[in-house]
Amino acid sequence: MTFLSLFGVLSSAIFSGTSLLYVTLGEVIGERAGIVNLGLEGIMLVSASVGFAITSTTGNPYLGILASMFTGGLMNMLFGYLVVSQKANQLASGLATMFFGFGLSALIGKPYVGGQIKSLPRLLFPGLSLLPEKYSFQFQFDLLIYLALPMATLIWFLLFRTRWGLGLRAVGENADTAYAAGLNPNLIRYKALFLSGMLAGLAAAHLSIVYTKTWKEFMTAGRGFIAVALVIFSKWHPLRAIAGALLFGGAVAFQLFLQASGVNISPFLLDAIPYVLTILVLIAWGGNRKYSAPASLGRIYYGSE
Amino acid sequence: MANITINFLRTRFIQLNIVRITVKYVTVIVVAFFLFGLILRFAGKDPIVAIKETIIYTLGTTSGFSEVIVKMIPLILTAVAVALPARVGLINVGAEGQLYMGAWLATWGALTFNQLPGYLLLSIMILLGSIGGAGWAFIPVFLRARGLVNETITTLLLNYVAPTIVAFFVYGSWRSQENAMYPQTVDLVPAARLPSFWGTRIHLGLFIGIIVLIIYWYVMKYTKWGFEMRAIGGNPQASKQNGIPLILYLIVVMCVGGAIAGLAGMSEISGIHGRLRPNFSPGFGYMGFLISWLSNGNPIGIFLMSFVVAMITSGGDILQINQGLPFAVVNILLAIALYTVLYQPSFWERKKA
Repeated sequence: MTFLSLFGVLSSAIFSGTSLLYVTLGEVIGERAGIVNLGLEGIMLVSASVGFAITSTTGNPYLGILASMFTGGLMNMLFGYLVVSQKANQLASGLATMFFGFGLSALIGKPYVGGQIKSLPRLLFPGLSLLPEKYSFQFQFDLLIYLALPMATLIWFLLFRTRWGLGLRAVGENADTAYAAGLNPNLIRYKALFLSGMLAGLAAAHLSIVYTKTWKEFMTAGRGFIAVALVIFSKWHPLRAIAGALLFGGAVAFQLFLQASGVNISPFLLDAIPYVLTILVLIAWGGNRKYSAPASLGRIYYGSE
Repeated sequence: MANITINFLRTRFIQLNIVRITVKYVTVIVVAFFLFGLILRFAGKDPIVAIKETIIYTLGTTSGFSEVIVKMIPLILTAVAVALPARVGLINVGAEGQLYMGAWLATWGALTFNQLPGYLLLSIMILLGSIGGAGWAFIPVFLRARGLVNETITTLLLNYVAPTIVAFFVYGSWRSQENAMYPQTVDLVPAARLPSFWGTRIHLGLFIGIIVLIIYWYVMKYTKWGFEMRAIGGNPQASKQNGIPLILYLIVVMCVGGAIAGLAGMSEISGIHGRLRPNFSPGFGYMGFLISWLSNGNPIGIFLMSFVVAMITSGGDILQINQGLPFAVVNILLAIALYTVLYQPSFWERKKA
């Protein structure tokens, strides 16, 4: 493996890991507030299709990204209405949202299949301008990639260093106690879900508008579910999510590298690598779960009347 | 036999007001179609025509109605595959992957033992289909039983792995040379096909599904196993202290669930397709999860809900053909039907926690 191909793998790991980091951060927020969202897959698909459609129509990728984020937030409100206000089962509501996303995104995206869009500019990583062009070419990233790490830090700060984050985590640990302490668990959960949906939308925007620059049905390929797994891997901590996202991104990149280098392995088996790797990582991590999961994760808060 | 039937209708397990339930199912369908019509309107299609065509096709024509029944077969099986582990508190979201592995192993049997007579070959395929699904379910439940990983997320992730294994074989060594356009195996020999009836595509799988449903009801209701499973579902620690082999139950029940999902895959390949194709399932496993949850694991509920979901899925075919909409659009209708049910927490008198 030459330096060039090593850089190539690293670069594509960063590209495919970024969207996963955003959606994982979103799920960390949701689960810290006590809600498991299996609908992220569908929410990402709808956001990706809306973002792509807006970018394609207006020619402005920034507008597309904003639309995508807003769509993600709105979709999560639909899910939130069921699980927070109507006290519906979270897993079933999540899967229903996933189905809704499958269908709605296919409907929205249909006229844009195979469309071309103008994407975000790619800027060279600062300080690397001295490298020969064949190397520096690998380090031209877009704005959303540069914002990914600050975003993870921001979410960490929000969750662990602000009053708002303390309230949110309190609701995730025990909603009744939080209510007794004068918080409004339902409102906090709605806010958490909206933020979580916006991050999922941002992830989807990076996938459809920036990274692949296309729209096709089911293009997220399980990233919504892998995000749920990575939340466990990162022990519900935003900064550890970075490692998880890079690991998964690395698996995707390694798979692309093997295919490109002509190794005689079926591409179908290589497709399975990221999922198998995620499971292996969870196994290696196993057993610690109960010490770090929010205590009332998945439980319905019936109110204290 | 008559005695069992009467007991069946009297049992608390299904003691529900039939009229009220029917009204609610009809409400679900009407609301779902109404909201779906609104969405179609926004998409620039004529919702009245689209919905009329769907209903006329699924309920008004023999061929359409038989297609609904055909789709019910895998749905009943995958729903039981989810409902059974749910009784001991296991969340099996992996019926989709188990279905693929069942289909895969059953196809291997059909291709390998193609000289055998029908009854023997079909029995082998049923066995292999069950083993395939059970094996795939064993991975997550083993990890769960060892206290390593929660089964919800592993079953979900394995759903993405199983189709790649099927694709590996269908694009690889099993690929038929006759049709270069479509990746698929050679046609299965007639002995490997489940017989179909009444000149439709309804096949023996329907009876397999109904028998599985009845056995499920009987085991849960009348056997010591069913009693102990409910005890585990209610309070795992207490049942463990009462000498119920908890780990053994978890593993066996999950594997039986996986085997039933594998049967669904086998019956699709043997009864409908006649060959293995990649991505042959339009998400039967996920639909089964929702059916199981919405019917609360109730056998009659599973049967009725399978019918509703099968009708919606068949509607998707007609929307695709007549309206030029992507097949995936049918998921909207499915989701709205589910939202309608989830929206009313009192829909099923759920036991208060």
